[in-house]
Amino acid sequence: MNFQLDTIKSDKNVPRPDSHVDDGRFSLNGLLSRAGYTATSFFLVLYAIVVIYPLFWTIINSLKSTQEIYTSSWSLPTTWEFGNYVEAWNGGVSSYFLNSFIVSTSSVLITIYVSALCAYGLLKYRGKGANALLLFLIGGLLVSPEVSVVPLYELMQVTRFHDTYLALIVPYVAYRLPITILLIRAYFLTIPKDLDEAAYIDGYNSMQIFHKIYLPLSKTILITAGVLTAYYTWNEFLFAIIFIDSDSLKTIPSGLMAFRDALQTNWGVLLAGLVISATPLIVAFMFLQRSFIRGMVSGSVKG
Amino acid sequence: MNIARKYGSLIYVVPAALITTVFVYYPLLLNFIYSFYEFSAISPGKVFVGWSNFKELLHDEAALISLLNNVKYILISVFFQVILSFIIAAILEDRFFRKVSPFLRVLYFVPVLLSVTIVAFIFQFFYDPVNGLINQSLAAVGLDSWRQPWLGSSDTAIYAVIAISQWQSMGYTALLFIVSLQTIPKDLYEASSLEGASKVQQFFHITVPQSKEIILVVLIVTVAQSFTVFGEPYILTGGGPGYSSSVLATYLYENAFNQDRMGYASSIAVVVFFLTMAVLAVQLKISKTGERS
Repeated sequence: MNFQLDTIKSDKNVPRPDSHVDDGRFSLNGLLSRAGYTATSFFLVLYAIVVIYPLFWTIINSLKSTQEIYTSSWSLPTTWEFGNYVEAWNGGVSSYFLNSFIVSTSSVLITIYVSALCAYGLLKYRGKGANALLLFLIGGLLVSPEVSVVPLYELMQVTRFHDTYLALIVPYVAYRLPITILLIRAYFLTIPKDLDEAAYIDGYNSMQIFHKIYLPLSKTILITAGVLTAYYTWNEFLFAIIFIDSDSLKTIPSGLMAFRDALQTNWGVLLAGLVISATPLIVAFMFLQRSFIRGMVSGSVKG
Repeated sequence: MNIARKYGSLIYVVPAALITTVFVYYPLLLNFIYSFYEFSAISPGKVFVGWSNFKELLHDEAALISLLNNVKYILISVFFQVILSFIIAAILEDRFFRKVSPFLRVLYFVPVLLSVTIVAFIFQFFYDPVNGLINQSLAAVGLDSWRQPWLGSSDTAIYAVIAISQWQSMGYTALLFIVSLQTIPKDLYEASSLEGASKVQQFFHITVPQSKEIILVVLIVTVAQSFTVFGEPYILTGGGPGYSSSVLATYLYENAFNQDRMGYASSIAVVVFFLTMAVLAVQLKISKTGERS
């Protein structure tokens, strides 16, 4: 995992080879490459339109009346129905929002703390079976949640977690632990040993060393892991529709399903609800781009 | 004292080990056991039926359709999310596009941030047979005969669903490729352009061989995700019409929570488990052979 993440935004400073084909004004190669660049530019713009147009369409139509969406969904609204947003927010989206916020925040905090503790323990443990223990803890990476929904559903009934926030928080934590432990452990390994030996001599016990030295030194990776966990929990769909029945406890991905059914054909309000629901992650991405990218990259390189 | 110091640190591992055991490994194990039983979510009794769930699965046409749809998912996703997305990443990393590429990278990534429900709802509008933008555009350019009830026809439903996943996920794999492409030493390109190699030659002789590892990773992630895909078909078509757009995960859900055949659903889950394990085994094998050479 030795990706140079720091170069992702600074390629202006990286000298790139000046290809001779580029400036050969009279050569056939130059002509060909110019045609090639025109074609690729065209392709990039086309792809950009395919990506952006559905989003643009959604925002524009979220400001129209249902009638207008039917008759002229291509054009700009004649009257801008900002009321759609108020109606969507009051009609349920605010509650899904709050639920998603509670579930995501709790899952992130618990996942990060439990993983960091575990990574610290793994680092300190010198006894037998250290490798087996590590494999056991990160082996969950190989298990996709779909495979266990039937027993998990039963387990949620038995533990009485079903239809409470815990029915989402606990499985989210369980399935995010392996990757988070792996990420944090890799970072902990780079912290110099003499630091905690010095702290030990100063009279810190090992719990204090964890809280006062390891956690503060690892802020970057903890944020990265947190962003990755938040991204997963905010958009998780399968558990969200199976383990929660009450409309008042639904998170955004499952809540929007109920929201649509309740609205029937009030499309403007539905689209406004979609825009509201999409906003937090997009805003978070704009501010935490680097953590997002680092998290996504390390999160994909499983095992 | 020594023993306390040696094993004392295990206390930190306990919470994680406990949660993983109870909520990951125990359900996984139970699922294997349940696949040999017949039971419903409502009544407490479970009846042991031996291999009968698996025997039924072998002759279940809907299960076969679902599996084949997963295979279609894999083939199309590999084309878009591995091959095409790699080409896009390589283009964005070309010095010619250096000014626009930071902007495009972010733009292409936006769909990745949306929840599957949002994406599915937006495209439901686009696929609408009468008012949908796709059919209206086709009519506008005189291709009336191409108009389809995209999600309502058993010929097109699965492809309409797969298309959405590509729209949403290409930005993600492109990002993974971009980050990896930035680690390729620049002097490789300098040397080859001095020798007069064209961009296309450089792509095949430098970019692709230097990216073998990340291509393998993205390939595995894409294939594994295609075996476990659920949200898109569930929301857009519910697997229909009939079972024409059903995948293993929606078929599992259908059996467990609509038909209340929990044991049968568990046996489908066992199949999904072994399919994803097979993919990982292939990955392990390939990356080991790579190390040796």
